[in-house]
Amino acid sequence: MKEYTYTEKKDTRSGFGDGLLELGRKNPNVVGLCADLIGSLKMGAFQKEFPERFFQVGIAEANMIGLAAGMTIGGKIPFTGTFANFSTGRVYDQIRQSVAYSGKNVKICASHAGLTLGEDGATHQILEDIGMMKMLPGMTVINPCDYNQTKAATLAIAEHEGPVYLRFGRPVVPIFTPADQKFEIGKAVMLNEGTDVSIFATGHLVWKAILAGKLLADKGISAEIINIHTIKPLDTEAVLKSVAKTGCVVSAEEHNRLGGLGDSIAQALATTQPAPQEYVAVNDTFGESGTPEELMEKYGLTENDIVAAVERVISRKK
Amino acid sequence: MNPHNLSIEELKQTAAQVRRDIVRMVHAVNSGHPGGSLGCTDYFVSLYFRMMNYSTDFTMDGQGEDLFFLSNGHISPVWYSTLARAGFFDIKELATFRKLNSRLQGHPTTHEGLPGVRISSGSLGQGLSAALGAAQTKKLNKDKSLVYVLMGDGELEEGQIWEAAMYAAHHKVDNIIATVDRNGQQIDGSTEEVMSLGDLAAKFRAFGWHVLEADGNNFELLLPALEHAKAATGNGKPVIILMDTEMGYGVDFMMGSHKWHGVAPNDEQLEIALQQLAVESASDY
Repeated sequence: MKEYTYTEKKDTRSGFGDGLLELGRKNPNVVGLCADLIGSLKMGAFQKEFPERFFQVGIAEANMIGLAAGMTIGGKIPFTGTFANFSTGRVYDQIRQSVAYSGKNVKICASHAGLTLGEDGATHQILEDIGMMKMLPGMTVINPCDYNQTKAATLAIAEHEGPVYLRFGRPVVPIFTPADQKFEIGKAVMLNEGTDVSIFATGHLVWKAILAGKLLADKGISAEIINIHTIKPLDTEAVLKSVAKTGCVVSAEEHNRLGGLGDSIAQALATTQPAPQEYVAVNDTFGESGTPEELMEKYGLTENDIVAAVERVISRKK
Repeated sequence: MNPHNLSIEELKQTAAQVRRDIVRMVHAVNSGHPGGSLGCTDYFVSLYFRMMNYSTDFTMDGQGEDLFFLSNGHISPVWYSTLARAGFFDIKELATFRKLNSRLQGHPTTHEGLPGVRISSGSLGQGLSAALGAAQTKKLNKDKSLVYVLMGDGELEEGQIWEAAMYAAHHKVDNIIATVDRNGQQIDGSTEEVMSLGDLAAKFRAFGWHVLEADGNNFELLLPALEHAKAATGNGKPVIILMDTEMGYGVDFMMGSHKWHGVAPNDEQLEIALQQLAVESASDY
């Protein structure tokens, strides 16, 4: 198992905020919109440096999505910011009609995704957002794993023409991807080559997959670990190539098991080369209040859950 | 500069031709929304043949041009006919309305690349937000031209409209002229039966808008109101016209009722309608 170390932990939302500030300096067409969550989204530095390109929308997410769609007419690249729940479920029809169907170059940037939002509870812990967004034709869906990758993704999506959903989170997590690693939309990142099982992880579960890889190595299991930061378009080639070698799959995500990364992988495999698969995901339920660590434990999203899933899936191999 | 700049007499003839297109289009596919389309015809013709500064060489960004957004997308027939008659595409294409593989979808969309359309609409309540965004981009681009947006009155029941209304005044978006088609009708009945809209002028004033009222079916009154609205822009407040129209205007049996909101005329009704919409030299598509 390849060694991964870190010296610092940071929240992925700070990667977004720092990336947006850098973009503001590089690209005069980048504009920011926020629905009364500037601090939570780390958009304050951009607002301070580019007040004329920043729009406080108030608690009115539907209007924010429509404004952003309109701002693209004339060449602006709007980045909207609010919690993942209010970025998707609350404004699904606005995104569907004014952004996706209209083919607008809007970047929907969503923090506090998943259970790790913590104590605020299920009203705010959206676990269905990846599913909703990936079902929209033309929408790119990205869920980076750490501060560096979130910053790189923020820079990369400004260069991509078309609507993007960028999902990140609240808690501090280890920074283990290189600061200078270029973010390629739709390109999976190989973290560890292995032969017994393919672990495809996204977002906060990528670090858990690395921890699981070490535990599995101790048990003599060689895990291939791949970071799927882009759920749509899925790097099908990387998925098929890995599973052709290992013969079984574990998918890991901080999302409902229905409609997330695991289902995208299952569909890619089922239509070409079926293989046993186990899901590490939330089992079609709502979350609740608690610390991020307690919630990840209770809802089965730890490195130990990944290890158990690997053992189950290997036993199902013919 | 408006590419047509018609006289009032010419506007009346153009409006009659557009109304002929509307009833023929919805009749041909036995679907679509003639009532609101007929009511708003004089408004569309005023914008595209007199008021707005634009080029028929359509670009999505429309730099230096006045832009128009239709929020109540179901009145697409009047918009499509106006765009074709104004020169955005061949009038023959009106015959494809609502048919398979057409650019003239039931509700307007950018998806098939129809010139003149800058955003999809149909699901109500979204157009004002998009128009405000486009207006703010114009300001960032130091583009002095204006943004027009039309909404239905029933559509004002959508909450997003009021989010946008609040935003427009707060951010002093004063390069927009919104218009409400105040025909008093929606699918299930009159607006006052379904969901009373009350004193719209007072509501928009309370939200910080400059409010004007207009008769939408009389060029002699509508054109001065549109000029007045234009003069009111640039003064720190968004501008809105509450425009009284008669649903189905120009076809007597379609007027004064919500029943023709989304119903097409049969063959006999079409003939009667076309007789009422006589034009000196009709050039039907």
